[in-house]
Amino acid sequence: MSKVLLKVNNLKKYFPIRTGMFARVTGHVKAVDDVSFEVYEGETLGIVGESGCGKSTTGRTIMRLTEPTEGKIEFDGTDLTDLSNEDMRKIRREIQMVFQDPYASLNPRHTIEKILEEPLIVHGMGDGAERKKKVMEYLKIVGLSEYHAKRYPHQFSGGQRQRVGIARALMTNPKLIIADEPVSALDVSIQAQVLNLMKQLQEDLKLTYIFIAHDLGVVRHISDRVGVMYLGRMVELATSESLYDKPLHPYTQALLSAVPIPDPEFQGDQMLLTGDIPSPSNPPSGCTFHTRCPFATEECKQKAPNLREIKPGHSVACHLYNDQ
Amino acid sequence: MTRKVLLDVKGLETTFFTDDGAVQAVDNIHFDVHEGEILGIVGESGCGKSVTSLSIMGLVPSPPGKITNGEILLEGKDLTKLTDKQMRAVRGKDVAMIFQEPMTSLNPLFTIGNQLVEAIRIHNKSWSKKQAIARAIEIMKLVGLPRSEELINEYPHQLSGGMRQRVMIAMALVCDPKVLIADEPTTALDVTIQAQILKLMKDLNERLNTAILLITHDLGVVAETCERVVVMYAGQVVEEAPVKEIFKNPQHPYTQGLIQSVPDMRYKKDSLFSIPGNVPKPGSIKTGCRFAARCQYVTERCTAETPALFELSSTHKSRCFLVEEGIKQ
Ligand SMILES: Nc1ncnc2c1ncn2[C@@H]1O[C@H](COP(=O)(O)OP(=O)(O)OP(=O)(O)O)[C@@H](O)[C@H]1O
Ligand SMILES: Nc1ncnc2c1ncn2[C@@H]1O[C@H](COP(=O)(O)OP(=O)(O)OP(=O)(O)O)[C@@H](O)[C@H]1O
Ligand code: SF4
Ligand code: SF4
Ligand SMILES: [Mg+2]
Ligand SMILES: [Mg+2]
Repeated sequence: MSKVLLKVNNLKKYFPIRTGMFARVTGHVKAVDDVSFEVYEGETLGIVGESGCGKSTTGRTIMRLTEPTEGKIEFDGTDLTDLSNEDMRKIRREIQMVFQDPYASLNPRHTIEKILEEPLIVHGMGDGAERKKKVMEYLKIVGLSEYHAKRYPHQFSGGQRQRVGIARALMTNPKLIIADEPVSALDVSIQAQVLNLMKQLQEDLKLTYIFIAHDLGVVRHISDRVGVMYLGRMVELATSESLYDKPLHPYTQALLSAVPIPDPEFQGDQMLLTGDIPSPSNPPSGCTFHTRCPFATEECKQKAPNLREIKPGHSVACHLYNDQ
Repeated sequence: MTRKVLLDVKGLETTFFTDDGAVQAVDNIHFDVHEGEILGIVGESGCGKSVTSLSIMGLVPSPPGKITNGEILLEGKDLTKLTDKQMRAVRGKDVAMIFQEPMTSLNPLFTIGNQLVEAIRIHNKSWSKKQAIARAIEIMKLVGLPRSEELINEYPHQLSGGMRQRVMIAMALVCDPKVLIADEPTTALDVTIQAQILKLMKDLNERLNTAILLITHDLGVVAETCERVVVMYAGQVVEEAPVKEIFKNPQHPYTQGLIQSVPDMRYKKDSLFSIPGNVPKPGSIKTGCRFAARCQYVTERCTAETPALFELSSTHKSRCFLVEEGIKQ
């Protein structure tokens, strides 16, 4: 097995809820609640789950764009949680993010050339001529042309803008890319182009990805391993094969069975969940899924299950597997 | 099984008169909706799905938009010829619509109950408030809204996205419309909630025999809910067929590409098929096939002449010369 590039231990991010005239803290949104996982060099770890389950917050706290409340993040042997702001800034060269809405993350008044050059300037990489050369090289790597360098973001289609977003993330030769819903805003024919590009780049440049998405088809396609989150917790973590073919957690089972399959002949058993996702500011006791779980018992209401490896490479947080 | 045609869209053209000139957002489209069926319209962003549904509802923003050609026949009556007042009577009663983002079509200042009662009384002026409330509660139960007696006094922001979409469906159903147009009704919802709403729509279609025109960009949703499918590309219908036929035997190169680009959760492929290039800007292609720049089978004829919607059979049509030539052989 390859080396561990990123190790996340007991990560928590609680956002304070302030109310009243004196903005007193009256509670917390447990956006990420005790999450641990590892990412191996060269792999893609997919993170899935429904809106508000904490996927983006997990990604942002790893980069310390949001400060973690608790926990440890170890990247390539360095503990990121201890770093000074200056040292953290340096390490961001090695960890880059790609966002869902490339339009919102690209400065509309800058040319593509300027946008791509900026990370090199920030990290003091190369002289003017070297930087220009690298911009042209990376435009081509992501499937754009040199003449695009002088254009502005609004002159590009959504798919092209996402190529620019990817090129910008690659400029500093990072090891790890955290991609937060990178294809969610794109049409399927364009989405396929960007996914193929990301796979190609991973191979050519030996990149490691954390790929955050809510589309389970997309995630299976790109990921080696997949983690499923529910209400700020990681409820299942397994190889893509194992997770999709034999999901163990009742939530994962329901989530997978809810995905519409693009095949009218397909006859799957649907496990329809009742009710809505509870609020992360007031999560249910014990196993937070017990309010919607068809297998919930008294124990589930009282005691929170831990994420445990119950067969090689497959971990689940559910009392149904206590004996295994 | 042939069923009565309820809604017949014939040669519809809707134009936006913008600073850049007149743009035909939908251009000579034809399709029909049969009694009791679920017809899907699928296509990528900007292909004209919403403009089509707004045209049927008489809700195209004007200016800049206008229906510039064609007929929309509802049980033989041409909706494009109606006055605003006549159209208001048709909306809600004969055809009703639900949108992607329920919050934009619910009034945040009024309770759910108020809005339902209002909708009921518009079309049943003689009803007392009590009768209307009873009907509101009945319909809320029908769409699976829990605690309807309490919910009736709550405001839209107090509900989750899935519940709001149920309220929208309830509003659309108050007068038993013949056709329900649902424009991306589940796109803003999580997948477990989407599954609940799609199931509800299928149940209502079966129980009330309401015909549904389901607009979506998601081929999975189409496969799971629709009986027939219309595929749109750049303002035109490029293919129409029963759902099994579309997936098993797609005839238009765009439909073929679209189906192959979807990552199917059941399998892992090494590389996805992807259609090269981008969707053309509306109105930018005057002659020739609008898919020509992205099509792997393109010939000279494709850019010189404009293909018509050829009939492969009485139920399968495709706008492609390959199909026409195939038929001639
Ligand atoms: N800056 C913030 N302040 C307060 N609460 C926040 C903040 N950012 C996120 N949250 C809350 O934390 C929870 C997790 O949010 P997050 O954005 O991580 O979810 P997500 O899984 O990325 O969802 P989506 O699929 O919608 O992007 C949500 O309940 C959200 O409202
Ligand atoms: N108010 C408007 N003014 C000018 N043009 C418009 C207007 N509304 C729509 N259009 C044009 O009509 C075309 C079709 O838009 P429409 O909203 O029907 O697309 P759609 O298929 O519903 O896309 P989506 O999947 O993104 O909802 C667009 O490309 C746009 O150029
Ligand atoms: S721990 Fe209990 S409630 Fe939670 S998923 Fe397992 S069976 Fe369901
Ligand atoms: S008409 Fe020509 S360009 Fe258009 S889809 Fe058919 S083969 Fe392709
Ligand atoms: Mg997010
Ligand atoms: Mg639309």
